[in-house]
Amino acid sequence: MYRVLRKRVLNPSVTWMDVEAPLVARKAKAGQFVILRVNETGERIPLTIADYDREKGSVTIIFQKVGGTTRLLDTLEEGDYILDFAGPLGRPTEIEGVGKVAVVGGGVGCAIAYPAAKAFYNSGAWVDMISGFRSRDLIILEDEMAAVSRRLFVMTDDGSNGSKGFVTDKLKELLEQGESYDLVFAVGPVPMMRAVSELTRQYGVKTVVSMNPIMIDGTGMCGGCRVTVGGEVKFACVDGPEFDGHKIDWDEAVKRLSQYRREEQNCRLFGQI
Amino acid sequence: MAINRQNQKTPMPEQRPEERVSNFEEVAHGYTAEMAQNEAARCLDCKHRPCVSGCPVNVQIPDFIKLITEGDFEGAYRTIRQTNSLPAVCGRVCPQEVQCEAKCVRGIKGEPVAIGRLERFAADYYMNSSTEKPDALRQNGHRVAIIGSGPAGLACAGDLAKLGYEVTIFEAFHAPGGVLTYGIPEFRLPKAIVEREIEMLREMGVRIETNMVIGKTLSVDELFEQGFEAVFIGSGAGLPGFLGIPGEGLVGVMSANEFLTRINLMKAYRDDYDTPVRHSKRAAVIGGGNVAMDAARCAKRLGAETVYVVYRRSEAEMPARLEEIHHAKEEGIEFIFLTAPVKIHGDEDGQVSALECVRMELGEPDQTGRRRPVEIEGSNHLIEVDTVIVAIGNTPNPLIRMTTPGLKTDRKGCVVVDENMMTSREGVFAGGDAVTGAATVILAMGAGKKAAAGIDRYIRAKSEGKEI
Repeated sequence: MYRVLRKRVLNPSVTWMDVEAPLVARKAKAGQFVILRVNETGERIPLTIADYDREKGSVTIIFQKVGGTTRLLDTLEEGDYILDFAGPLGRPTEIEGVGKVAVVGGGVGCAIAYPAAKAFYNSGAWVDMISGFRSRDLIILEDEMAAVSRRLFVMTDDGSNGSKGFVTDKLKELLEQGESYDLVFAVGPVPMMRAVSELTRQYGVKTVVSMNPIMIDGTGMCGGCRVTVGGEVKFACVDGPEFDGHKIDWDEAVKRLSQYRREEQNCRLFGQI
Repeated sequence: MAINRQNQKTPMPEQRPEERVSNFEEVAHGYTAEMAQNEAARCLDCKHRPCVSGCPVNVQIPDFIKLITEGDFEGAYRTIRQTNSLPAVCGRVCPQEVQCEAKCVRGIKGEPVAIGRLERFAADYYMNSSTEKPDALRQNGHRVAIIGSGPAGLACAGDLAKLGYEVTIFEAFHAPGGVLTYGIPEFRLPKAIVEREIEMLREMGVRIETNMVIGKTLSVDELFEQGFEAVFIGSGAGLPGFLGIPGEGLVGVMSANEFLTRINLMKAYRDDYDTPVRHSKRAAVIGGGNVAMDAARCAKRLGAETVYVVYRRSEAEMPARLEEIHHAKEEGIEFIFLTAPVKIHGDEDGQVSALECVRMELGEPDQTGRRRPVEIEGSNHLIEVDTVIVAIGNTPNPLIRMTTPGLKTDRKGCVVVDENMMTSREGVFAGGDAVTGAATVILAMGAGKKAAAGIDRYIRAKSEGKEI
């Protein structure tokens, strides 16, 4: 049993939770995830580790209420318990050798972009962060992201915060201005990651995206999370979740997202925000 | 007692096929005491005990059968349990026809003694009626860590606990049992039975820690740092193989592991659980082993009108247990032999629409002794399906070998062990599917037992002079 230490409402549909899980916290690194199950009849779902505190033995998860399981998770209050919480799973973000990086987050994907940005920032890299939301009311983690980047550009689809446009618009502007990044790191809804990858391909900038497909075990056992990368089948849970955005078979990835839509209950980290 | 000369096995009552295809309850009901005694009386109690030599865990078969004829059912159970820590499981899932029963003298003229059914009877009888608690074991103060709570790990834990070791099992999932829990369906092996078997190990002092992904949450080296003197790797063969044919990324194509885990571990077939699972109308299962039979029969129970098993060799080469093939046929599963998939077709939404196959013929025998299937050119044809479940085998999970420096594995990722089941790392032992690649429950148990003996020798040798 894993106790909820702290709960914060980031926006009407996104929640922050610190969970007591000392063994996970001890090993956690940016880019990794946990598999959790709220209660006995609950589904096993993957959630990315948004932050961790090794001393307190806590792991932060940030989730959007998009399906049955995330809604159930959101009913827990501080002091309540999550039944199962296993991790850290997946490979950590590769931060070595990156001098200048643009970290791009879309919606609740910022919950994953944030720890990646933090890891790059703490390694001494120059971090430009671009985050996008549908409107001003949905902006999350603004202070946190500002603290781990040299420049933070927050974009809204409707312009309600004063900066209208998609993350790709801002990224294109920066690339056009001649910013030279060693890496673009993008995480958010699949169409957004695809658009970022297509844009950066034109500029020849290496791009890593974080896939968060359907999975049940997180240890390479089910193959439900398979992604075709450079013509090879990879399992996001053990080979990823981060892959070269220029090599992903995006058409397939988009279709696989709908796998259990018919059967629904399916809870996912990324929905449109 | 007079020998029962009946040439056939005493039939075991079963749910009727037309009834059971719409539920997940156990297919076979098991013998009554009367049936068991009738069947036990068929045993000739041969002096040379050929059946015992066919048992990977050396169950003293004629002894327990004799106790059944005498009506000492609990005694029969205790006899089995001396060498087999999971009798209720083995009685249900062992391929007896190629093990103990294959050696039975009664099988020469007629059917062999139904050893598996008798084992099951003794185990079920004991579990339902006995109030015995295992004797308090004297602990020897030495600690052993076991990775994985499947058949290999449980057998290893059981033997070590009996020898007085303090055993902790680390399980990656939220529930113990390994393949017994996530793989084999309820209708073949009720989970309550697995839980009771595991409970008995707990009563012997074995600790089980769930949600512990060794290689991630803790490494093998960290287990030694925590004071464990030996580690047993029984992490199984959990990495599913795919066909490597076009269309495998389509929606509706999945590994049997995924399909079965959703159903068995996550109980997706029950309304009160949240996990979704694919309900198909027409499903094709690729493969000819027990996993393929389980997947096909699950698909049927979830409401599929037509379920095909597509296998590239002929029926004679199928590795599945005879009983499973027989049950699957009774349940209306359609077998398509000598046929291999070459492509999966999809519709505009990326959903599976058909399986393209070629016909095969059998050529010369391969390394396994089975005749190699050879493609008949120009025999391509389509089978209309909405779901394809791939059950062509599993290989060992790479997490432990990736995170344990110095652990030798072979080309297929199987852990290499010596005659004591010790790996290339001192104090690290391994057994079961992690070593052999996908095999059977009972072979994994045999390996777990052998490793327990190896671990005992190793720790004794290390603490020589000191009393254990």
